[in-house]
Amino acid sequence: MKEKRKVIITKMERLTADICSMWVEEKQMAEFAKAGQFVSFYSDSAEKILPRPISICEIEKEKGMLHFVFRIVGSGTEEFSKKKAGDTISILGPLGNGFTLEGEHTLLFGGGIGIPPMLELAKGLSVSSKVQVILGYRDSRLFLKEEFEKYAEVFVATEDGSVGVKGNVLDVITSYHLTGDRIFACGPKPMLHAIKIFAQKNGIPAQLSMEERMACGIGACLACVCESKEIDNHSYVKNKRVCKDGPVFFADEIEL
Amino acid sequence: MNTEVTIAGVKFKNPVMTASGTFGSGMEYSEFVDLSKLGGVVTKGVAKIPWSGNPTPRIAEVSCGMMNAIGLQNPGIDVFIERDIPFLQQYDTNIIVNICGKTIEDYCEVVEKLADIPIQMMEINISCPNVKEGGIAFGQDPKAVEQITKEVKKCAKQPIIMKLSPNVTDIAVMARAAEAGGADAVSLINTLTGMKIDINRRTFAIANKTAGVSGPAIKPIAVRMVYEVAKAVKIPVIGMGGIVTAEDALEFIMAGATAVAVGTANFINPYATRDIIEGMEIFMKEQNVDDIYQLIGCVK
Repeated sequence: MKEKRKVIITKMERLTADICSMWVEEKQMAEFAKAGQFVSFYSDSAEKILPRPISICEIEKEKGMLHFVFRIVGSGTEEFSKKKAGDTISILGPLGNGFTLEGEHTLLFGGGIGIPPMLELAKGLSVSSKVQVILGYRDSRLFLKEEFEKYAEVFVATEDGSVGVKGNVLDVITSYHLTGDRIFACGPKPMLHAIKIFAQKNGIPAQLSMEERMACGIGACLACVCESKEIDNHSYVKNKRVCKDGPVFFADEIEL
Repeated sequence: MNTEVTIAGVKFKNPVMTASGTFGSGMEYSEFVDLSKLGGVVTKGVAKIPWSGNPTPRIAEVSCGMMNAIGLQNPGIDVFIERDIPFLQQYDTNIIVNICGKTIEDYCEVVEKLADIPIQMMEINISCPNVKEGGIAFGQDPKAVEQITKEVKKCAKQPIIMKLSPNVTDIAVMARAAEAGGADAVSLINTLTGMKIDINRRTFAIANKTAGVSGPAIKPIAVRMVYEVAKAVKIPVIGMGGIVTAEDALEFIMAGATAVAVGTANFINPYATRDIIEGMEIFMKEQNVDDIYQLIGCVK
């Protein structure tokens, strides 16, 4: 049973000018949550009616804690960014399917605000896999890099070349001749498109986490669809629901 | 205390149902709300064949509201009868199937397929602003409203509700046309056509360019229209448009709605329908109202 709950924020931190880190205490959600799932965050203001989907960055099952890292992109995330430890926030989740953990030598790609969900995944995969993570940032204002280093070998690409390889995450692959037996990625659509092509060319199964504007977040409103290769089993067209059937899809499941 | 209302001979244990398109066929929301507590579930619009809907983005938020242009994505009536109806039959609630189409023949084909299916009512969507060919094409001309109502009535076994568009000069004229065509009830309002520009991308926030505005922002318009229609016709009116709380629902009832539907509020609060039903009962108790009919249309 899913529940919308008011939870307590235990830690708030600003990681860069516009990236925020939030830890909340919620035992039941932490118990069931998986890497790649997301949580709907509700505004306290009656003016902002729709929940904001935010991906889960880390899960501490024993402590009953969930970690979220989000970018301030509008008035909703601005409001969340002003919360302090001890404040409450209404959330619903965990939602979506999450990643399927597999592979012995995994390549993880995170681009921009697609970086946070890869952390819990890296943690999970590192138990039984060699994990290499490629993180793409705009500039030298990096975030979560040290956390990834606990579980994986980390490579960085920046758009302006100020840190690591100049360019995008795939430029890192070319520079270091990286390869693996499974690919996982989250980031902007053009990045996911390029990774899908790279994965297909090299015959590596890839799981891609998609983003789309959502309303209900639970699969009812059909706002957040993405084009699928096969007929979907909800509307019998070629539209999968990002919130319910995803947000993680195998690369050959979807058209990008 | 009586909260039961009757519309076209169909009894509703309370006057609260879901608004089409916001609740699917109830499967997703059944994880939050006991559907047997609801007066009725109005399902998402279904056509004779699957429709794939509009391109994304399909949704945007506006102050105290939202805009959508889903484009009536649906699996078609055959899958719907096989999968969604049996699901809803597990619950003790009225099933009201919302129907969309591109031609009158399309609507009638779906209506006929539902003839022997155990549903209580049908709602005919002649007001979706987001599809060019169907829906709204019938909803903005009183002659067309009357004609489609007549044709649907001819082939319908269950009572029919005509769902009206607010995107007209005088909605009472449309309501009277539906009544003249033989409608058993009217429901209103569907969404108001709007537009939002994404100034950073210098394009439309929604791929369809225009989209239907819903949520608390449109409630005063909806209440006014329900009041006007309730005065204009003798058939029951089902009111909707921005209902979030029990107080909102009561405004519609006092304006003349026999029942109400809750839509966008489900996205704000997945327990909205349950909370509204409970809130209305509390209001009635506090105000010593022993029959909901004392409130229906009490504001003249």
